[in-house]
Amino acid sequence: MKDKQMTKTIMGIAAPLPLANVDTDVIMPKRFLITITREGLGDGAFADLRFDNAGQLRPDFILNNAPWTRASILIVGDNFGCGSSREHAVWGMRQLGINACIGTGFAGIFYDNARKNGLALPIVSPATRDFLLQFSSDARGHEISIDLESRMITAGDISASFEMDDATQTGLIRGRDDTLDTLEHAGAIRDYEAGLNKEMRISVLK
Amino acid sequence: MSRTLYDKLVDAHKVCDLPDGDMLIYVDFHIMNEYTSPQAFSGLDTKGFNVWRPEAHLAVVDHVNATRGSAPHDAASKLLIDNLQANCTKHGIAFYGLGDPRQGIEHVVVPEQGLVAPGMLIACGDSHTTTYGAYGALGFGIGTSEVEHVLATQTLRYKRMQTMRVTIDGDTALGVTAKDIIMKVVQTVGAGGANGFAVEFAGAAIRGLDMAGRMTVCNMAVELGARAALIAADEKTKTALQGHSHSGQFAFNGESWISDQDAIFNQEVSISGADIEPLITWGTSPDQSIPITANVPCAVDYISSEAKAALARSLRYMGLSEGQSARSIQIDTAFIGSCTNSRIEDLREAANILDGRQVAAGVEAIVVPGSAMTRIKAEAEGLRAIFEAAGFEWRPEAGCSMCLAMNDDIAMDGERVASSTNRNFEGRQGRGARTHLMSPAMVAAAAIAGHLADVRDFK
Ligand code: SF4
Repeated sequence: MKDKQMTKTIMGIAAPLPLANVDTDVIMPKRFLITITREGLGDGAFADLRFDNAGQLRPDFILNNAPWTRASILIVGDNFGCGSSREHAVWGMRQLGINACIGTGFAGIFYDNARKNGLALPIVSPATRDFLLQFSSDARGHEISIDLESRMITAGDISASFEMDDATQTGLIRGRDDTLDTLEHAGAIRDYEAGLNKEMRISVLK
Repeated sequence: MSRTLYDKLVDAHKVCDLPDGDMLIYVDFHIMNEYTSPQAFSGLDTKGFNVWRPEAHLAVVDHVNATRGSAPHDAASKLLIDNLQANCTKHGIAFYGLGDPRQGIEHVVVPEQGLVAPGMLIACGDSHTTTYGAYGALGFGIGTSEVEHVLATQTLRYKRMQTMRVTIDGDTALGVTAKDIIMKVVQTVGAGGANGFAVEFAGAAIRGLDMAGRMTVCNMAVELGARAALIAADEKTKTALQGHSHSGQFAFNGESWISDQDAIFNQEVSISGADIEPLITWGTSPDQSIPITANVPCAVDYISSEAKAALARSLRYMGLSEGQSARSIQIDTAFIGSCTNSRIEDLREAANILDGRQVAAGVEAIVVPGSAMTRIKAEAEGLRAIFEAAGFEWRPEAGCSMCLAMNDDIAMDGERVASSTNRNFEGRQGRGARTHLMSPAMVAAAAIAGHLADVRDFK
């Protein structure tokens, strides 16, 4: 398989989504999960926030209003992505055109899912997050940029650093397939298995 | 060097370090369900990968299946179920599907089948995989891409987490259950308060719990953000391992699956058992809970404007007013089920309250046993008769049901549910549905009273 394209900088309009504890039930309601493919999940992303019961766009939701209809970055509240492990949440956000979420901390499984799908999750201080919330609330829709290599966010005249572990940074920039990478270590996996005694190798009854 | 239980588990499963700072860890056992695995299998197929070790995986049907009968309630659910079965057949993986006497909610089935033992590393495409920490095993939830990774390599990329010990000392009062203990921990540490941490539960109140109670605690640890929850293995663990189909099959020799006496944790939290009361959630995050004797918070209780706004939002969604007493909250539905609280011990606890009493008029009360085996056992013990005599509907099939409402067990817009489940998120049990989390005994008490009620008044 070919390597995907390298991404070093993510640029775009950001939308403020300051709610804390936005869970994956909110990001991708369960009615969109009854599927065996990854496609068609863009409509499901934030569906109950974006649409009312009649299927009309809700004017009170930020992504339904210009200029944030074009947002590709979200500035989010604490503990974004908590709850269920459903990767559909990340697939849906990507299909909606979201390339990054900037916040103070993310739920663990969501964080890992994001990396596998090229969704960057820079972690910033509460002060930086609050500044970015304010910056992105400006209806003139100024772009912000996230430099993955130098781990810096630039918004207007302000630059701030963010945290991202090395493996995630490398994964996002190289865009490679983790499974493929791991199979290069097949020998090490076999060696590990060889060291297990019989009792340590489970065999599930069919 | 002294090590924590968590570090021993990680060390024992490390295959190798990777150049970018991650490591590869070995997965002893992997469980799949029908809704987070289809895209993993199609990924394998597209890329031409084989399953590395088919006998180390188990697939169960639990999320989308109907519980009123064994037939799927619609074509889309049937497709998910059939797809999983076909994938398992193709790759030689064990499949416990509808009608199989071993079927049920994944986290109920695994311990029941003796598939968890101290020292194991278990992964599953479900966040509540933390449950297995009750056995001194490292269990954690993964996404679908990682399911594909485990299938193809029997390993995962992993980054060692920080450790947190939550000690709950002292006796808990009568009427306080494992559910109240973990809800108290979630309230204290906060939703997401343990993001990036592996949490070990310790102290007399934890040691005193039976295995079912320990599973309830570890299960809901994910609501505080813990990616792993652990309880040291002891005699109770050892006893629980006996007498299952798979038992004795797995043992890591020469390690003791407890933290060393002087092991250092990155963070320590301690809670006094005596401070724990039966709790209920009033809001839309599992940390928004209060004792049943208390009142819903008021805006003046909070300082920051964000917190005030969050309160207002939660109250609006929940249809509650500031300062309203917990006991004044009227319910429409009572639900007992889920991987947190649908084991035989949970059903006994609820039946104990229901025995000789009646569900209040107008309340729809449902109980969904966690597995087929649990159901059969409960029926043999006479629990079904008690539930039904009280006015509960006893569902004949096991599954997640109204815990996440992916099947046809959905709460309506505005419907208020007293629920033994683990998440009270907006829309979790149905669009606009209002969930109050509590112990199964408290759900039983609420069903009888018609409003949230103190289980201690029903002894
Ligand atoms: S019972 Fe609920 S929490 Fe548990 S696995 Fe099923 S849906 Fe998830």
